Amino acid sequence: MVAASQGDGFVAFDRVQKSYDGETLVVKDLNLSIGKGEFMTMLGPSGSGKTTCLMMLAGFETATSGEITLDQRPINSVPPHKRGIGMVFQNYALFPHMTVGENLSFPLEVRGMGKSEREKKVKRALDMVQMGAFAGRRPAQLSGGQQQRIALARALVFEPQLVLMDEPLGALDKNLRERMQYEIKHIHQNLGVTVVYVTHDQTEALTMSDNVAVFDDGRIQQLAPPDVLYEKPENAFVAAFIGENNTLKGKVQSVNGKECKVKLPDGSVITALKVNVEGDGVQSTLSLRPERVVLGDRAAEMPNKFEAEVLELIYLGDHIRVRMNVCGDDEFIVKVPNNTGGRAMAVGQKAPVGWSVEDCRALDPS
Amino acid sequence: MAQADASMMDAGQGPARAETEKLVTSDGTPLKRALERAERQRKIAAVGLVAPLLIFLLTVFIWPIAQMMWLSVKNDQIVDALPRTLQELQTWDGQDLPGENVYAALHADMMEDLERDRRDRKTGPMGIRLNYELSAARSAVSRTSRNVDEFEAPYKDAFMDAHRLWGDPALWRVIKREGRPLTASYYVAALDREYAEDGSIVQRDENRRIYVPLFGRTLYLSVVITAMTFLLGFPIAYYMSILPMRQANLLMICVLLPFWTSLLVRTSAWIVLLQQQGVINSGLVAAGIIDDGSRLSMIYNQTGTIVAMTHILLPFMVLPLYSVMRTIPPSYMRAAKSLGATPSTAFRRVYFPQTLPGIGAGGVLVFIISIGYYITPALVGGQSGRMISNEIARHIQQSLNWGLAAALGTMLLVGVLILYWLFNRFVGSDSLKFG
Repeated sequence: MVAASQGDGFVAFDRVQKSYDGETLVVKDLNLSIGKGEFMTMLGPSGSGKTTCLMMLAGFETATSGEITLDQRPINSVPPHKRGIGMVFQNYALFPHMTVGENLSFPLEVRGMGKSEREKKVKRALDMVQMGAFAGRRPAQLSGGQQQRIALARALVFEPQLVLMDEPLGALDKNLRERMQYEIKHIHQNLGVTVVYVTHDQTEALTMSDNVAVFDDGRIQQLAPPDVLYEKPENAFVAAFIGENNTLKGKVQSVNGKECKVKLPDGSVITALKVNVEGDGVQSTLSLRPERVVLGDRAAEMPNKFEAEVLELIYLGDHIRVRMNVCGDDEFIVKVPNNTGGRAMAVGQKAPVGWSVEDCRALDPS
Repeated sequence: MAQADASMMDAGQGPARAETEKLVTSDGTPLKRALERAERQRKIAAVGLVAPLLIFLLTVFIWPIAQMMWLSVKNDQIVDALPRTLQELQTWDGQDLPGENVYAALHADMMEDLERDRRDRKTGPMGIRLNYELSAARSAVSRTSRNVDEFEAPYKDAFMDAHRLWGDPALWRVIKREGRPLTASYYVAALDREYAEDGSIVQRDENRRIYVPLFGRTLYLSVVITAMTFLLGFPIAYYMSILPMRQANLLMICVLLPFWTSLLVRTSAWIVLLQQQGVINSGLVAAGIIDDGSRLSMIYNQTGTIVAMTHILLPFMVLPLYSVMRTIPPSYMRAAKSLGATPSTAFRRVYFPQTLPGIGAGGVLVFIISIGYYITPALVGGQSGRMISNEIARHIQQSLNWGLAAALGTMLLVGVLILYWLFNRFVGSDSLKFG
């Protein structure tokens, strides 16, 4: 389902650009293809252009240039109400003067659907989000999580092929957010509807999506399934944005096939996987996940091994974060499982650390 | 067993224990009393903050209004002036002229009045009061009271010689009817009604009806003005609500300009614009749209009142509308469109209903203010643009019939209060606010 659905282009952005003021491009040359039934997340910091992309797809913003197609049909000049795209808004946008039932009935009414059929569909949609008993309530009488469910049901009740969600869980507390993530995921799986989801929360993106497009500076930095995104970030921005990350900056000394040797300012040389560095002499950022660093005796077997000093221990229950000085970097973090070995560590202690070539990715210098 | 003993001992020491367990503040006073004291001080402070305005309002607003309402039913002029006469009139059948005993009592009452200090005389006010009900009654009273000390029995003929009205049963009916400390006659007059010979209340002749048509016109003009401010104010309020703050404030200043312009400047501006030789008429003539003979009359009539008052009251509509519209997020319209509603349906079904509190607040404000508006109709309203408040002012300043003015004013006040009650009931007064 994940990679296979790529490329059939149910939704496609083709060289889309967007500028609000005619001077700066908010979206620069966007090419993106979303398969039918796919859960695609647009992830990025605020101002990265992801919401603008969503608004262009919904029809509330027009693309400055390029073409957006839905089911092979260009929709640039189709007004929003004729696109048939469901949308869940950040603040839910439930109509406060209507009851929950009327809110859900609204999209069916404007489509001229008969009363009995409307009632049937409204009931089914409410049952789907387990809110069947709330049809007579006003949105203001519901909690945030309940409003969220109603907004979801309203976006789905007219059975659109495509549903857009604009940071729909942003206003919920952490526990509720996690529960809703699973629920949205399950509804997506049950209905087979295509979802384009915008968020700045990487956990949300990783939990729910088939594919994640990481946005920064108006461009897609990487488009990949969640695991690939985490394991194999293609550039320094993605590596830093997704998950926790140790970065070491240095200069490429030599390239050997898939591997390269990078010399750090303190003189130590690290063998790393060559990802996007061009050749000898260029600056590079090495990216290394904290949980992939091996601490202690087993470090001796690793191709990269160094002597490190423990600077700080942070107790986090299931694991211990150890801040160390490695190769002149004071901010080097290692995650150690909370077991006897981990508990025995003390600040100031010297310990060998090591990591494999594959886990250390040589990326662009930024 | 031991436990039971212990509990009994506890019970015996109960009061003492309760004393020691009482919550106290750090300086030893019981917490409860300290809290009460703090609460009392808070209340005193609150009263102190409110009192100046409250006293001010009581003395210059509530009290005068109560006075006015009292004036509309107060009726002591005849009771004060003719106590003996009224006593004698009690047995009168109201058909033919009363007997000699009544005229004798009248003579005695008027003689007594002559002995009073000039400023305390009661017959003058009585004459004015009688004149409201029966024209020429005032001159009958004043002419008689001058010569009453020369009258000799039989008084009936003497009075009838002095003024023919004393021989008219209508005057005696009025005296008997209004010889009570409270009256409804001002309200009867304010509703364009009068007393028939048999004492029943009937409508006045059509050409003598003034107030009911004037109330009707006032309501009509107020509705038209409210509708005009709504039609002009809604689009501008909407536009301001979607503009960035800076530009919205600039537009707001334009809307508020009528507030900050002196009334006379504003009115003169309207006269310059609207009069027959004014800017608009001359422009239309110059453009050949109308010929010189048929210049439009747009001022000193209803049109003038409507135009000028719409202008002045526009902010009262725009401000509540704007404040409500500001709070409607644009995402509602977007959501409606994404759900398949055309822009017009989205506006009608989603946006417009949410502006209703603003429309209600603005409408009630404009309507209530225009119902009682005085100065603009007086300046540019001419004859056909007059409203009820102009008539009230006329009775206070010119005809000096304060009782009737008070009755008209009370009816206006009650009408406004009913309107406000209805609004509060159906919309809620908390939406009645500016900005």
